[in-house]
Amino acid sequence: MKDYTQWKGFEGRIWKDEVNVRDFIQKNYKPYDGDESFLADPTDATNKLWKALQKLQKEERANGGILDMETEIVSSLTSYGPGYIDENLKDLEKIVGLQTDKPLKRAFMPFGGIRMAEEACTSNGYKPNEKLHEIFTKYSRTHNQGVFDAYTPEMKKARHSHIITGLPDTYGRGRIVGDYRRVALYGIDYLIEKKKEDLLNCGDRTMTDDVIRLREEISRQIGALKGLKEMAAIYGFDISKPAQNAQEAIQWLYFGYLGAVKTQNGAAMSVGRISTFLDIYIERDLKEKLITEEEAQELIDHLVMKFRMVKFARIPSYNQLFSGDPVWATLEVAGIGMDGRSMVTKNDYRFLHTLENMGPSPEPNLTVLYSPALPENFKKYAAKISIDTSSIQYENDDVMKPVWGDDYSICCCVSATQTGKEMQFFGARANLAKCLLYAINGGVDEKEHNQVGPAYQPITSEYLEYDEVLDKYLVMLDWLAELYVNTLNLIQYMHDKYYYEEEEMALIDTDVRRTFATGIAGFSHVIDSLSAIKYAKVKVIRDETGLAVGYETTGEFPKYGNDDDRADEIGEWLLKTFLTMIKKHHTYRNSEATTSILTITSNVVYGKATGATPDGREAFTPFAPGASPSYGAEENGLLASLNSVAKIPYHWALDGISNTQTMNPNALGHSELERINNLAQVLDGYFAQGAHHLNVNVFGKDKLLDAMEHPEKEEYANFTIRVSGYAVKFIDLTKEQQLDVISRTCHEHM
Amino acid sequence: MNTIGKINKLESFGLVDGPGVRYVVFLQGCAMKCKYCHNPETWTGQAKLEMTPEQLYEKAIRYKNYWRDNGGITVSGGEALLQLDFIIEFFKLAHSSGIHTALDTSGNPFRMDKEYLKEFDKLMDVTDLFILDLKVMDNKLHEELTSKSNKNILEMAQYLSENNKKMWIRHVLVPNLTDDKKDLKIMHEFIKSLNNVMRVEILPYHTLGVAKWEQLGRKYPLEGYEVPTKEQIREAEQILEVDTYPDYM
Repeated sequence: MKDYTQWKGFEGRIWKDEVNVRDFIQKNYKPYDGDESFLADPTDATNKLWKALQKLQKEERANGGILDMETEIVSSLTSYGPGYIDENLKDLEKIVGLQTDKPLKRAFMPFGGIRMAEEACTSNGYKPNEKLHEIFTKYSRTHNQGVFDAYTPEMKKARHSHIITGLPDTYGRGRIVGDYRRVALYGIDYLIEKKKEDLLNCGDRTMTDDVIRLREEISRQIGALKGLKEMAAIYGFDISKPAQNAQEAIQWLYFGYLGAVKTQNGAAMSVGRISTFLDIYIERDLKEKLITEEEAQELIDHLVMKFRMVKFARIPSYNQLFSGDPVWATLEVAGIGMDGRSMVTKNDYRFLHTLENMGPSPEPNLTVLYSPALPENFKKYAAKISIDTSSIQYENDDVMKPVWGDDYSICCCVSATQTGKEMQFFGARANLAKCLLYAINGGVDEKEHNQVGPAYQPITSEYLEYDEVLDKYLVMLDWLAELYVNTLNLIQYMHDKYYYEEEEMALIDTDVRRTFATGIAGFSHVIDSLSAIKYAKVKVIRDETGLAVGYETTGEFPKYGNDDDRADEIGEWLLKTFLTMIKKHHTYRNSEATTSILTITSNVVYGKATGATPDGREAFTPFAPGASPSYGAEENGLLASLNSVAKIPYHWALDGISNTQTMNPNALGHSELERINNLAQVLDGYFAQGAHHLNVNVFGKDKLLDAMEHPEKEEYANFTIRVSGYAVKFIDLTKEQQLDVISRTCHEHM
Repeated sequence: MNTIGKINKLESFGLVDGPGVRYVVFLQGCAMKCKYCHNPETWTGQAKLEMTPEQLYEKAIRYKNYWRDNGGITVSGGEALLQLDFIIEFFKLAHSSGIHTALDTSGNPFRMDKEYLKEFDKLMDVTDLFILDLKVMDNKLHEELTSKSNKNILEMAQYLSENNKKMWIRHVLVPNLTDDKKDLKIMHEFIKSLNNVMRVEILPYHTLGVAKWEQLGRKYPLEGYEVPTKEQIREAEQILEVDTYPDYM
């Protein structure tokens, strides 16, 4: 059995003999059920560095959102020398490492698509070296090129009309969480040794496609591990052996993550479930009096500062989909272990406390794995942080744990993935509201007026008949599901071929479980539209060509978001029907098909591409985000809305069900203590019913309006709000997105 | 029994009308005409919803998960006491399931006559908390402000006190209208004379209801009145000694 001196004081044996971080955590972590009174304020070093970083962020904003861009060097693990927040303050940085040589400078990452990498530069006024263009068009190919070479005309049309959209064909698919903790616990040499064993055992000498591909992938992973060592050496660290104290553990782990964001520009680049793990190292050092609480907090503050600095060069159309420059450096705290012990440690408090020490921030995307069984003290502290910062989200550990165990991470906004055991093929989403319009119009697009879907018989009656609409919707959904899966299969194939994530995959088991993450957009509008057709009278407005372009709905009908089973059952039916259709098809590398009801901010883009719907939504206006009910549909207050969302069965939407709600602080209670207790109680009630996710915003509409009018005010520099599955600085949203956020229901009964 | 409740609005997320998380039922109809009323749409006119106590109970009970050990149901208005029979039946159902019931009232329909008290006693049996709004103590000003006398309102507070019912007293603070220090001191003395007052709350006047007045084609009577400052609120709270009551948070 391996036994490093760096492991002194750690219990257990299974994790020593094999790569098994979960076993290490379970054998060594110490639950904490006390309150937040032990927490330490920021150190002088933290204040100085954070001030320097905020200055840079201000310059970045003044500069139109970009501080600096690379135009000469292709990003890799070792393409840069060391970089620091501020050359004069570099001795204060307890945790080091930047994506490039300068803070907030965006790297040149062409492997997802050279055209996109170039456009990201040129649209921001930078000119990439022409040599790069030559290399990646003449001598080498990129993911985007591969995808478009293979797309069928039907796929291109569907993509153009936005019935399937947001696809990762112009950017990295992301959503793969390397188990970065492995770097700290084992050191690189051990990990290389294990991957070499895997390579030896890969295949039975018969060289099928699968075996050949996997052998190449493992070799690339080993190469990436060696590269990581070199990268750390640039900063003066030797990470070949395990970390021997808390500072090293945090630094080693961060190098693992840094390697990922130097080599991949995936939409979501999550950090994972690192809090409890790191607490074990901090506890060991505290016990041996090697560090103080102030120093422990400083390490976490400095790590979080680094997560707040991750940036990618994006193209304008990407920014419209995912507004506010997010990277989804998602990081989890809390949860309950399989053995029933709370996994809340002091470190979970420290991570939340960064929002007090350094103010609110969208990144890292702090996620509380919630259960009504969490320690009351912790629930109240999290509620307090929500009320003060609107920067954290909650996900139901009680529904995720039975599926993913107690060592899962959130790999994007809300999607769970088993840490180090699993990867995901991210597949954006299909526009089911548009699909309903296609069913009515026989596959003709209501915006472009061209035939996109199959030319099935359109509906010609003046009033919509529920049974007829449903029959036609089902066949159109079936067409969409097939096309969607095939399009994704093609994209994932090319991503593996041209933009394989060897650094992240090096930190995941070779025998990896793969999920195929589809998604649904327009959820609430389909429910309310079908409900309108069923319970009210919907008259079709047609243009001169006979195309249905609008609807006149008379009479009352139940709407999703009011805890009315008549509407909510339609939602459940829609989800189950669509996923069942998805599952009929072969998925790339035999991955498991899942789906999400999650749109991020793309609800605006999808809505803009979609005509009027029978629920009364006007043409080309935003959808409600994720699984949230439509704007103005909620007539019975927040809890009625939450009850509707809570009815969606999580096991049918394993990729996540995103719900965003905003509460006025004055409506939450008269005093701070009351507000904290009430919010914790709302969370308990919601999650006890099996709901999956909740973004909690606590502010009034007036604050949003003022921030939109006066973005220059100091108080709004870090004003963070939760949108579908992530957080953004409000002033970084486009005007359109800001108006969308403002128009959403704010629960403010007073 | 087939009492039908006339309801203006149902709010599943009531966190300021009683302890904890509450399901709040706003009944239709009110005889007072308070100048700062923030839901004048409940005064008269057609009720948006009509329900039996059983139907309402079925709706409310869906939120039990959120109430834990301190939340429950609040009936508010309009003026809730105008539908006494309905509330009694509704609260009976809630009480049989152990749900906490609160009644938010101005006290205006209360009468110290035998017939009325017979019914009112039934309500007291199934009501865990009375949330009573005291506008001003000076009766003349009270009549100006609400079009009604406060005599029976104060009587109701005393009656509840004699019967040891738990009470929250609330006062809407409108600067230059309901913030007279002398009046507040008299109010303080009055509240001190009552048993079982669990909390005293200052509700800062707000202007969110103004648009509703306009929608109803009514002129807003408090045009030009400002919302109170933090200091003004603090001052009123000090006079009423709000932090000396057991439910103070």
